[in-house]
Parts: sequence; structure tokens; C-alpha cells
Amino acid sequence: MQRKGIAVKVSYNTAELVCISSARLLEDGKVVFAGAGLPLLSAILAQKTHAKTLTILFEGGVIGPFVEPGKLPPSTNEQRCATRANMVLPTTDVLLLQQRGYVDYGFLGGAQVDQYGNINSSYIGDWDRPTVRLPGTGGGNDIASLSKVIVAMHHEKRRLVKKVDFITSPGYLSGGNSRKEAGLIAGGGLKVVTHLAILGFDEEKGVMCLEGLQPGATVEKVKENTGFDLMVKDNLYEASAPTEEELRVLHILDPERRYTTARGE
Amino acid sequence: MERSYLELREKVEKKDKGLREKVKSLSEAVALIPDNVHVAIGGCHYSRTPMALIWEMIRQGKKGLTFSKSITATEGDLLLVAGTTRHIITSWFSPGVTWGVSRIMRHYVQSGEAQYEEWSHMSLGLRYKAGAMGVPFLPARSMLGSDVFKRLSNVKEMSCPFTGDKLALVPALNPDVAIIHVQKADPYGNAQISGFPFMDKDIALAADRVILTTEQIIDNSEIRRTPDRTDIPFFCVDAVVEAPCGCLPHECYGVYEPDFNHMDMYVKLMMEKSVDGVKEYLDKYFYGPETFEDYLDLFHVKDIVKATLSAKKGYSG
Repeated sequence: MQRKGIAVKVSYNTAELVCISSARLLEDGKVVFAGAGLPLLSAILAQKTHAKTLTILFEGGVIGPFVEPGKLPPSTNEQRCATRANMVLPTTDVLLLQQRGYVDYGFLGGAQVDQYGNINSSYIGDWDRPTVRLPGTGGGNDIASLSKVIVAMHHEKRRLVKKVDFITSPGYLSGGNSRKEAGLIAGGGLKVVTHLAILGFDEEKGVMCLEGLQPGATVEKVKENTGFDLMVKDNLYEASAPTEEELRVLHILDPERRYTTARGE
Repeated sequence: MERSYLELREKVEKKDKGLREKVKSLSEAVALIPDNVHVAIGGCHYSRTPMALIWEMIRQGKKGLTFSKSITATEGDLLLVAGTTRHIITSWFSPGVTWGVSRIMRHYVQSGEAQYEEWSHMSLGLRYKAGAMGVPFLPARSMLGSDVFKRLSNVKEMSCPFTGDKLALVPALNPDVAIIHVQKADPYGNAQISGFPFMDKDIALAADRVILTTEQIIDNSEIRRTPDRTDIPFFCVDAVVEAPCGCLPHECYGVYEPDFNHMDMYVKLMMEKSVDGVKEYLDKYFYGPETFEDYLDLFHVKDIVKATLSAKKGYSG
């Protein structure tokens, strides 16, 4: 039993940590546009814990659903995303809400992310003869072009790279003022949450920097697992571990652990 | 692929726009689709996919078709393996995040055998919308600066003549044919969609020809009692086919959820045996059955009952 004020050691895997840690960034009363997979689960978790009036948008054309626990859809374009929603609208129109400025955070997963927060979900290797052709942007490019973006991902050297093979969803492009110069005058990288760290951005340089460490992680371990030279902020903090309550709710939402399977470190 | 405004108007002007019955069989309707044209597929991902029409197109051995669809799921695999297409315009292509990346998409695209022309989801929606509006392009603040933009040959950048803001201009997409599945349509083609509308209204208005499949053909008097629920007007539509369970194994809002057991079975076969696995699937489910009803006979009643009962809960979950 957990008693107030006494830390109880709870066990969790890296995917659960990323999910819970990113859910904590979503504030009550805000609007989040969530991608499929872990972002979807994490946004629902935030809504069921600290952010009761968080409004979730899904690309299928949904405003403000209450997705049923245990019925998390494998796509944000299927009907189970719309349970008890406030409004259902055409895909183009829900995406355009971001262009109008109604979305506080875009929330995406990342196969490969670089130091400028650019996300690749299209090609590994050469564009013409890729080693792996990934599924593509979906609404990812629109979310990253038009909103402030939170990325949830596993921390690995091959995933956090100096330069992505292909910019599917734009972060700060090549750093500095390049994003604004390209015409993307709103939005941009906000946070990247991994199982080792919470990363932010130096807005002037447009590059990623280390802001917080996940429980048990060290600056050395984070640097070892990052494919570029990572700046460390002065006021570095250590994030608190997932609570029993957060894990309890997470397990109700995803009882089969479809989204939070343990991953190697 | 940009088409002239007057040519697009002429196609519409020449249509028989009378209030007339257009009910056809699946094979008659698919016979209206020539080879080597652009077919837009309604629905999105594995929702409201016009599977009955895709089933029949594959069986009729259509060739050289270009497909566009907002997000492509398992039907994209089937159309590639069957040889119906080598060019798909879409924003995302795989069965779904928990099922992994399509081995079929990877096989054909990585080898250069097929082209996956990638647009952002909103840009693709604006392309259909421009097509539906009868304008040659729409501006957007998306895709700028990305490699998605660089990889495309038919997107442009401009400075807004009013504000000076940089904008991406996405060209109108006017498909030769649109294939769309709906819950209800009358014999004239007035169609009522429940659940997510996706991009279907724009697709129908953008296309030269529209072929509908519907869970149920309803009387025109029912349409006239609820005209505010009509999404596609009859004069856009060229054929109406009654196809109950016409999306299976994909979902149709309010009628059935996806047949997840079938989807799991398909994905396992596709991921384990790639092209050979999908050929096996096509033999059993597409080429084997004599009619679409015989195709439906291959599904398991208990799975369909489950999918149907869940779907009846609708938005209340």
C-alpha cells in the first residue's frame, strides 16, 4: 500500500516510462493533436489522470473523444477513436484546425529524430533505393509544420541522430532561423521524451538540449546513447518515477500491453 | 497530371444529370473503369474501404491504374500484388501501428518496382478539395522546408501577394474515377455517410465519375425526409451497387467494426511470407469465390457477429 510522503519502489518498463513521462507534459485545458500508437495512449492517460479537460484531436476527424479503456484503436482513423466525441468532421478540416492555431501540442512518435528535432518516418537510407521504406508522414508533416511538437521515443544512438536521412516532419530544419525562413513561422520542436531523458530545444540555435534525466539515468548514459553532441542545460533536473496510480491507469487503458511492450535498452 | 479547367468542366457538363436509377451489379459497375486511369479510393486506412469494388477490380484484371487514397492499408498490398497498380498516391501506407510496416509496400517500393508518391495528409485533402472547388491549387502552410516537399515534382512555393508569407501550393487532384462505400444511398446515387466523413465528399465532387457501393439501397423518399444528412448528391454519381458487408475485413461505421481476427490472420501471412503469402490470400479470398457473397461466406460468423455487435454501440462505445 502506498502511504503519502513515502516513496514506494514501483516497477515499470521503458515504454511505460516514456508514455507516463510524456503524458505529464500535457496540461489540463489544452488541446493536443495525437498520432497513433504511444502518443494516443499517452494523451488518453493524461486525460484520465491529471488533465481531465484535455481535449484530444485525432486525424480521422475527431474533437474531444473519451476513448474506452481496453479498446485503444491501432489507427487514429478508425471509428473507435470517436467514442463520446464532441464533434466528428472531415479529415482535412480537423488537420486545418492546426493551421488556424487551435492546437497547443502536436504529439508524435519518432522512428528517427535529429538534433534539430526533424523527424523521419519515410526512408532509411537512400531515397531512391531505401534500405527501409517506412509508412510515411500521414498527418505527421502537418502536425510538425503547424504545431508545437512533443515526440515520444526510445532512446538509441541510431534513432537520435545528427541528421535524419529524410525530413518527413520538420523540426528546426538546419537550426538557427532556418525553420522560419522556410515559411514555417509557427510551431516547432517542444520536447522529446525518451526512456533516458526529457529533451528540450534551445530556441535561438534550434537544437536539442538535455533538460531532465529519467530516474536512474546519467548525463553520460544519455550522451552515450545519442548520435550527436548534446548540449546540457544548467538547471538539469531528475524526473520522478511513474507512480503506482499512473501505472494502474495505464494498465487499465492498455491491458494487453499492445503499446507498452518492454523494449531492450 | 494537371488537367485543364475546361476539360474538367466538359466531363461534368456531358454527364447525364437526370434523376435516374443507376443501380448496377458489381461487375457492371467495375466495367465502367478503364485501364490506365486514376482511381481515388474513399474511406481512410481500414475504415469504409470500398473492398467489394477493389475485389472486383482485381478479379477483372484491371491494369495500369494509379490509385490515390488518404491513408492506405491492406488493400494497397492486394492491389500491388495483383498487379493492378504500380503507382499509389497516399500519405501513409501500412496495416496499422500495432501490426508493423507492410512488407508488400517495402518489397515493391524499395526495389523501385512501384511508386509510393507521398503527400502530407492535409495536403492530399487540400488537393481533392481544390479539385472539388474547380480551382487549380490551394495554398497551405504545411510541407514547407521538408523533404516530402523536395521529393514531389508537382508542388510549388510562393510568397502570398497580400502578406508576403511563404506558402506551399498544392495542385488540384481530379481523379478519373472515385470509388466510395457508404452506409445508405438511394437508386439515384444520393449518398448518406455515417461516422467519419474523411475526404469522401471532396473526392466525389473532384472526380469525373463516381461509383458507389452501399450497405443498403434506400428509397428516395427517405433521402427527401433527411436531405441534411446527404453527403454526395445524385448527379455526381454514375453507378450504385448494393454491397452489404462491402468493406470487410475493414470496418463500416455503425454497421461493423474491423474483423480483427481476419486482419491478424492476413497480417501474419503477409509478414511471414510476403508476396507469396498475399498471393495465397488472393487465391483463397479474391480469385476463388464465384461471387462477392461467396467471399463473405469465407468469414467466420462469430467474428462478424462480434464486429457487428461492437459497431452497434456507435459513439457511446
